[in-house]
Amino acid sequence: MILRTVLSIGIIIFAGTGGELAVTRTMKGIGEVHNFSPRNLLRVILRAFRSGWMWLGLSLMALSFFVLLMLLSWENVSFVVPVTALSYVLGAFGGKFLLGERIEARRWIGVVLVCVGVLLVCVG
Amino acid sequence: MKFRHRLHGKTIVLIAMMALFGALGDVLLRKGMEQIGAISNWHPSALLSAFERTFRSGPIWLGITSLLLFFVAYLLVLSWADYSYVQPASATGYLFVALLGYLLLGEVIPRGRWIGVLVICLGVLLVGGTPPRTTEEG
Repeated sequence: MILRTVLSIGIIIFAGTGGELAVTRTMKGIGEVHNFSPRNLLRVILRAFRSGWMWLGLSLMALSFFVLLMLLSWENVSFVVPVTALSYVLGAFGGKFLLGERIEARRWIGVVLVCVGVLLVCVG
Repeated sequence: MKFRHRLHGKTIVLIAMMALFGALGDVLLRKGMEQIGAISNWHPSALLSAFERTFRSGPIWLGITSLLLFFVAYLLVLSWADYSYVQPASATGYLFVALLGYLLLGEVIPRGRWIGVLVICLGVLLVGGTPPRTTEEG
C-alpha cells in the first residue's frame, strides 16, 4: 500500500472518530432530548453550537469527509469503505478512555473481528 | 440480542433505504472522484482547482444527496427503534458497497476481500448488539 493511502486512512479514521466523540460529548452535556417541538429542537441546536467541542467536532468531521473524497480519487470504493470500519476500533477505545463508557467482552470480540476483516480486505 | 420491536413494515423499508442510500452515496463519490482523476499534485493551487472540479461534478452531488437521504432515514428510524437494533443495517452497508462497486463501477474484488467484508459485517454486528448506554446521565 502506498504511503499516501495509509496516511489518508489514518486521517479519515482519527478525524472522523474524534469528531463523533466531540459531538457526543457536547450532546451528552446538553442531556437527553425529550421535547421534540420545533421550538425546543432549535433551542437544543443553538445551545450545541455555543459549545467549543461542537465546532471542534464538526471541523474534524469535515476534514474526514474531504480526505475521504481525496482518497476515493485514487482507490477503489470496495477497498476504502470496508477499511474505514477501523473507526469502530478507535471508537471503542475512545469511548472507554475519553468518555468512560464500559465496553463489554462481546463488543471487544466484534472489534477484533473488524480488525481481522480489514486485514483480509487489505491483503485480499 | 433482544428484539423488543416487532419488524414493522416501515422499519424494514427505512433500514433498507439506509443500506441502499449509504452504499450508493459512497459509490457515487468514487465515480465522481474517478472522473476527476487521482489527486497527486499537492500544490495549493492544484488542490484548489481539484476542489473546484469536485464541486462541479454531477456524481459528487448525487452522492452527497444519497448520503443525506441515508442520514434522514437513519434519524427517522432512530426515533422509534433502538440504536442496537438499527446498527446491523450499517453492517450490511459494507456488503452493499462491495456489491455496488462491483456491479456499477466494475471494480475487481478478489475473493479474500469478499471474505474480509463478511468478517467486518460480523464484527460490526457484534459491536452493535451491546447496550447503547453504559454511562450515567450527567
